[in-house]
Amino acid sequence: MLTTTPGGTWLVLALVVPVAGVLLAMILRGRHAERIALVLMPAGLAIAVAIAAGVMATGGPLSYVLGGWAPPLGVALRADALAAAMMLTTALVIGAVGVFARANFATPASASGARASFTFWTLLLAVWGALNAVFLAGDLFTLYVALELLTFAAVPLVCLDGRAETLRAALRYLLFALLGSALYLSGAVILYGMYGTLDIVLLSSLIRAEPATWAAGALMTAGLLAKTALFPLHLWLPPAHAGAPPAASAVLSALVVKGSFFLTVRLWFDVMPGVPGDAGAQLIAVLGAAAILYGSVVALRQARLKLLIAYSTVAQIGYLFLMFPLAFDQGTGQLESGAALSGGLMQAISHATAKAAMFMAAGLMYAGLGHDRIADLRGIARALPVTVIAFGLGGISLIGLPPSGGFLAKWLLLSAAVTTGQWWWAVVMLVGGLLTSGYIFLVLARAMGATDAPLALAGPVARSREWITLALALVSALLGLVALTDLDFLQIGRPVAGLR
Amino acid sequence: MSATVLFGLCGALLVGLGVYGLIVQPQPLRKILAFNLLGSGVFLLFGVIARRGAAAGFGGDPVPQALVITGVVVAFAATALAVALLLRLFEVSGTVTLRADDGEGRDA
Repeated sequence: MLTTTPGGTWLVLALVVPVAGVLLAMILRGRHAERIALVLMPAGLAIAVAIAAGVMATGGPLSYVLGGWAPPLGVALRADALAAAMMLTTALVIGAVGVFARANFATPASASGARASFTFWTLLLAVWGALNAVFLAGDLFTLYVALELLTFAAVPLVCLDGRAETLRAALRYLLFALLGSALYLSGAVILYGMYGTLDIVLLSSLIRAEPATWAAGALMTAGLLAKTALFPLHLWLPPAHAGAPPAASAVLSALVVKGSFFLTVRLWFDVMPGVPGDAGAQLIAVLGAAAILYGSVVALRQARLKLLIAYSTVAQIGYLFLMFPLAFDQGTGQLESGAALSGGLMQAISHATAKAAMFMAAGLMYAGLGHDRIADLRGIARALPVTVIAFGLGGISLIGLPPSGGFLAKWLLLSAAVTTGQWWWAVVMLVGGLLTSGYIFLVLARAMGATDAPLALAGPVARSREWITLALALVSALLGLVALTDLDFLQIGRPVAGLR
Repeated sequence: MSATVLFGLCGALLVGLGVYGLIVQPQPLRKILAFNLLGSGVFLLFGVIARRGAAAGFGGDPVPQALVITGVVVAFAATALAVALLLRLFEVSGTVTLRADDGEGRDA
């Protein structure tokens, strides 16, 4: 029987604090939204740190049983090391985006500008609360609701400026997401019909590999992939990024797509580790490999910096799905939580920090130049050196150079590919790394090109925004140093370990 | 054919129609309607599952019924958001197409 563990209250706070912020902003309206968000961000970071410390200290998952009703009747919140790591990343990125966005969305005097600012800060808090719910939820239906909350908070971020182009992008994103969530829900109802529970731990002990479970798993996975923008369901992502403000792009690309990815991991590793089999794991990785190659090649051909980064996200999402066949154990016929899972999670975290920093850097270059055409970036490295360094550091993590988080992720995945004898995934990763370095150097070479006269900036670029971008990029570029500690901490509290 | 099988097949048919419409129809409003068909099909499946779980003197398993209420609320909110976006798009551009090369979507 699942009970509330010491420290379980932190899990409730992690959900209540952002949601309370949203409600408070709705009541007070206007200029208060920004202040509420900026006050709550350090508090949320502290809560995430407390949860991570609690998981490390107890060596097991934290859990909280809502209202004292244990599953299957009630609903439980649960935080294992995966959830704690993702929550910490989310709090960090949201905080950095908050500091960065103060210049864009500082509450102005005019009524129309005040509305955009109010909307942005409220939605930022809403995205954060929804992500925490995705990481903490212990049953498939709560996860569905959390995923929908995430979508509803993320879609309006795309069309904050209200131009027709961005409205179209938002509507297309919403339709993709709705199809995805309906498919996910239909899979969940099939699982409930088969096994009579939606709680992840209970379900994992009951689940059997049979046609209905395969159908449910396929429906749910397809739905989640549409939300994660895995090739070939990525069509909504580049247009959504093209017109969104840089702060919104950073949140979307770094965090929102990771929410549904995290749910896919929960589904495959925790709910049904023995159901997909080798064929399913290979299939999903084929999509991942196609995403890496397609996304990188298209990124190389982009004329605008923002779209280059967006297509780079399409490619980097592909890496996340390479871990499934690498985690598959031929002996037990199950997906095992081991080095491959750690590598996949590390990729998610390092991509989140690096990509947020790169979108923020691109936003600053746009603010400085008045455009983001890659061909005309010449001289920007002289004018905004900190920004270009931040972009480069983010790129280092994407390419996978040491000591970045991307290096550690790709190293874990590569060694898993070698030990399991699946050399073809190693080849995909290496080719992807080569293509990634291609488009990063393409941008850096242009940005560092010499000019006759110093570049006159089109608009002011605040120092604080440059430094916060650099700080986030540094986190990503130095994340690989956690390998010096014991990486096994990511396996703490994996819920199925004791039940199999 | 028992009632649960009949309603189950109806639900499956609605889901099929919804997915077909969502993928094939080019107009956003029809896509939104198709999403609602798809959602209704899934909700009907919830009802069927509830009916199949009837036990202990209850006419149906109460858990799926509780879930479906939440599901309906979420689908309603999603539809409202989609329609609001569509109306705004019509106000701004005068068209309701998703393709940027139609209408005046190229301006910005």
